[in-house]
Amino acid sequence: MALITTKLLTVDTRVKDVSVELHRGEVLGLIGPNGAGKSTFLHALVGLERYTGSVESDGEALETYSRTQRARLIGLQPQAVSSAWPITVKDVVTLGRLPWGDEDEGIINGAMQCADINNFSERRVDHLSGGERARVWLARVLAGQPQVFLADEPVANLDIHFQLSVMDVLKNYAAQYHGVIVALHDLSLAARYCDKLCLLKEGECIALGTPAEVLTESLLRSVYGVEVEVDLERQPPVVLPK
Amino acid sequence: MDLATNSTINSFTETMAEKINITPWLFVVLVLVTWWSLGQGSVPVSVIDGLLDWFSATTSKEALIIAEIRLPRTLLALAVGAALGMSGAALQGLLRNPLAEPGLVGASQGAALGAATVFYFGIFAAAGTLAITVAGLLGAMLALLLMLSLSGTGRPSLVILAGLAISTIAGAALAVVLNFAPNPYAMQELVFWLLGSVSNRGLDSLIILIPALLIGGIIIWTQRPLLAALSLGEQVAASMGMAVNRGSRLVVLGTAILVGASVSVAGNIGFVGLLVPHLLRPFTGYRPDQLLMPSALAGAILVCAADIFVRLLPFGQELKLGVLTSLLGAPLFIWIVIRESKRWP
Repeated sequence: MALITTKLLTVDTRVKDVSVELHRGEVLGLIGPNGAGKSTFLHALVGLERYTGSVESDGEALETYSRTQRARLIGLQPQAVSSAWPITVKDVVTLGRLPWGDEDEGIINGAMQCADINNFSERRVDHLSGGERARVWLARVLAGQPQVFLADEPVANLDIHFQLSVMDVLKNYAAQYHGVIVALHDLSLAARYCDKLCLLKEGECIALGTPAEVLTESLLRSVYGVEVEVDLERQPPVVLPK
Repeated sequence: MDLATNSTINSFTETMAEKINITPWLFVVLVLVTWWSLGQGSVPVSVIDGLLDWFSATTSKEALIIAEIRLPRTLLALAVGAALGMSGAALQGLLRNPLAEPGLVGASQGAALGAATVFYFGIFAAAGTLAITVAGLLGAMLALLLMLSLSGTGRPSLVILAGLAISTIAGAALAVVLNFAPNPYAMQELVFWLLGSVSNRGLDSLIILIPALLIGGIIIWTQRPLLAALSLGEQVAASMGMAVNRGSRLVVLGTAILVGASVSVAGNIGFVGLLVPHLLRPFTGYRPDQLLMPSALAGAILVCAADIFVRLLPFGQELKLGVLTSLLGAPLFIWIVIRESKRWP
């Protein structure tokens, strides 16, 4: 049974009738132009937006879940995270335990290890580089041990080294019998890391399937309005505007 | 000194600060300041004798001075300080803004307007001080709710602008109340009360203030997880299962109870809610949820110490406590603004 199933999920006019399935071990990529509804879709899954349609996990409707149950099942890393206070890396990661109401050292250290940030766990977040900080936000979600990890453009503004390191963390997390849904603008990264892609345009799911099925030159041209060169045979795959 | 060395020293002092658990030390200072306050007055009195006589119901000059004058004044200073310190910490955590303070977001002025209106027009006079306190509380709550509806909690600069707008409106309305005061004596009484003081308030003020401190404090205390989660913004807090709207309203309610009760009893004692959390933040690892109790204790210490200082001044007319905290607080406020502008370019 699917870890997450959305049926005709609709959020006012921003997301229209989107039906997708996410299985354990999978990374599902959300791609599409700015304003396509990627963030809104993720927010609806975690309960930040009111929606019509349904969201199920292993056949159970999430609408019957309490706020805390839902937060334990699904963790969200929003697009632009920042800390209002210069707290330490470890304190940020500890916040990830809030849905569980504990501060389990073992889990917090494990999350920091997964995101490879334990060598600077006592530093303050305002003293970190953008790339280091991005992995701290990841570790915060990992500490909540969600079955489903939603990441909204987690590699925006990162250099290529950190882009790969963040995507590796997400891929590894999915491989541990979890599910990951990630909104991405970089189509090459989407081709490289995602098992399935959902191409959104103006709130509608235009295509859903494997990268080979979704990342076709004609489909991308019709959605983005630019010519795109696609070479999925190469390792790593390349999807670039011409 | 080059920037790197400077930053190393800063992080060293901050790491040291984080390693000290400040709460027990604040308790010790609180006891010392309380003792000093009980011993401070125009007549030298033995505090121990006075307290022992009072506990054993022996009538003596010491018991009378301690129990009737100094104890209420000291307890009132402590309670008002604790209320203001904690409400400042709660507001700063909720609004994610180090400049949030009951006085700067309009809560104090709202409370003053509410209390002054009831005081002046004699509405619900039968309920006595309680009516003034409830009016203060309602005034503070209305001001805070108006501020939240104008700015939300997400945009720090708007919060201060909205607070300024509400303070201005409440200040204008307060001026109208003063303008139409029935006689100069009533006006003088109102102005003196607004300046802020804990002297000559009886024990009955405490009967209102202490339950308000407990209720408001407990309401805020229950919202510590929300204040912690809000460090990373409303979206993150909500995604972690926090009831952001309900919790924010509870923090506002708790703050309104604390500010409303303390303003209605002691008038405006400004800047305590701004400075205390700001100074203590490095000692709590900048965590808003861990700042509440130390801020309450340090607020109590600060107001009680300021009240001792006021009594030590050699002027004929006593300098009002609120005037002193403003005189000391305003320059520190400017310093914080400068520091914050450097920290977050």
